Amino acid sequence: MMETTPTPQTITTDGFRLHPEDEAAMRAEAGHYEQPQAACIEALKIVQRRHGWVPDDAIPAIARVLGVGPASVEGVATFYSLIFRQPVGRHVILVCDSSSCFLTGFEQLREALSERLGIGFGETTADGRFTLLPVCCLGACDGGPALMIDDDVYGPVGAEDLADLLEGYS
Amino acid sequence: MNSQRQSPIYRSRLLQPGADRSPDTHPLTWRLRDDGQVVGLKEYESKEGYQAVSQVLNGRDPGAVIATMKEANVRGRGGAGFSAGVKWSLTLQGGDMPRGYIVCNADEMEPGTFKDRLLMEQQPHLLIEGMILAAFANNARYGYIFLRGEYVESARVLSAALAEAREAGWLGPDIAGSGFDFDIALHTGAGRYICGEETALLNSLEGHRANPRAKPPFPGQSGAWGKPTVVNNVETLCNVPAVMLRGADWYQELSGDRSEDGGTKLYGASGLVNRPGLWELPIGTTGREILELASGLRDDRQLKAWLPGGASTGFLLPEHLDLPLDFDTVGKEGSRLGTGLITVVTEDQSMVSLMRNLEEFFARESCGWCTPCREGLPWTVKLLLALERGEGEVGDIELLDKLAADCGPGLTFCAHAPGAAMPLETALRHFRHEFEQGVHYPKGKAHADPIPVGEV
Repeated sequence: MMETTPTPQTITTDGFRLHPEDEAAMRAEAGHYEQPQAACIEALKIVQRRHGWVPDDAIPAIARVLGVGPASVEGVATFYSLIFRQPVGRHVILVCDSSSCFLTGFEQLREALSERLGIGFGETTADGRFTLLPVCCLGACDGGPALMIDDDVYGPVGAEDLADLLEGYS
Repeated sequence: MNSQRQSPIYRSRLLQPGADRSPDTHPLTWRLRDDGQVVGLKEYESKEGYQAVSQVLNGRDPGAVIATMKEANVRGRGGAGFSAGVKWSLTLQGGDMPRGYIVCNADEMEPGTFKDRLLMEQQPHLLIEGMILAAFANNARYGYIFLRGEYVESARVLSAALAEAREAGWLGPDIAGSGFDFDIALHTGAGRYICGEETALLNSLEGHRANPRAKPPFPGQSGAWGKPTVVNNVETLCNVPAVMLRGADWYQELSGDRSEDGGTKLYGASGLVNRPGLWELPIGTTGREILELASGLRDDRQLKAWLPGGASTGFLLPEHLDLPLDFDTVGKEGSRLGTGLITVVTEDQSMVSLMRNLEEFFARESCGWCTPCREGLPWTVKLLLALERGEGEVGDIELLDKLAADCGPGLTFCAHAPGAAMPLETALRHFRHEFEQGVHYPKGKAHADPIPVGEV
């Protein structure tokens, strides 16, 4: 059977408009470095702060602002774990799964969270409220098991703490 | 039921009261407040703050600063233990060499490590002062604090402190009337443990994927944007002001007869101890002393093993508790001091499960650049998962031995895989019987079906 060559996809930014404030912030950030490429991670974070995640169409838009190739921005965007390439919930829960937390109750905490939220790692609750992800050692080992919700670090967190804790994030 | 339980917000803290800390004995922490609030600019200045900068920039030459650092032998507190003074002396400057960079490695992500967070969140000006002194010694024109993205509180405190220091003239042109100019920008990351490797960090700083670079050239020869660059850990840089004010001999004396190495160290303990925490202690303090400060193990548990300084260090045993924890002594026992924050493993905890957790971490955090690391580490996870489930077969443990050896120093592009190999090799050596309990099949029989690999 003949294979058909797929039509090359054209990268389009039609679906994405960079907010003028964000573009200005990216240019200001680029001024801190010898080369504008260095602002790439921050530019991705700027988009993520506004949209919650980094849609594909934002990549060429960022590339244009920084004067670098889209493949280079894509390479960076797919490398770093805190850059989200698909929509996430209103709040992101990062659960530390490294050794100290593992030894102080990470697995029980993960199970309790999964049970309460009805989702596993990499998933978002149906109401769009929470996304659950694992994270590298949070540097809160004297408070293990630890987790982070948005910008807030908690630990030690027991299963009995979860109801009150999650209540604070609507 | 409406509970009145407080949300368990995490706060970084030192477990030594102010009364126990003095400028002569605790160079890193004597200024810290008992209430855990930030030591701001005014308070820092009133506690000898920026005096080293005023004196050094107006009186000494860079060569003398480097000589003092070499004499004090401040060894890299990020875990490698390389002399900061030697590193500085190998950094190119002078002639037609362009002025380079000071990069502070604040990418604290070594599992079990929570020390740099404390210094940044409660005493940001000490780090800034250390960076200015490092810049003067190395003729750097600009500095970056490479901070991991998850350290939101550190970012907030550091940003405010940088603005304060700039306003007061400690950063910018003509610092302290010396004619020397230097400024610092805060650069926050977006995850990935490998960013802590100094050349991967430079790639990340430049806005690339954090793959390590080949050495040589070392960063001191060609670092950020090809300029001479010094990369030092937060705690290392925080030692510099006191060394400049009080001298190399004083610094050496801080450890007394405990160790050849001088100075103090932020030591810590985590795992199932009664009082997990952080203390500034002389270099060469023993594991036993640290466990005593941590009030022992919870619920009368027994100690089985401990990691002296993070996930990438080798397991030590209870019999090693009286060793002075310095770089050379721990190195001789087949481990590394690493970051100096110990993680305890108790008798009731499975070494096989812990190893699986550690290797899952290293496999996930591999940048994927070189083959032994990218392929070898997930393979160890598969084997460890099988052993953990009692589905191992004859030969699995020998294969783990081989993978640990093949990921060892010199065989991979950077130190990531050797860091993964060291706990594995030591766990297999000291606790082989635990791994053997997971072998239930003859060779070639257990793995007929693909082993579920999990999310590695």
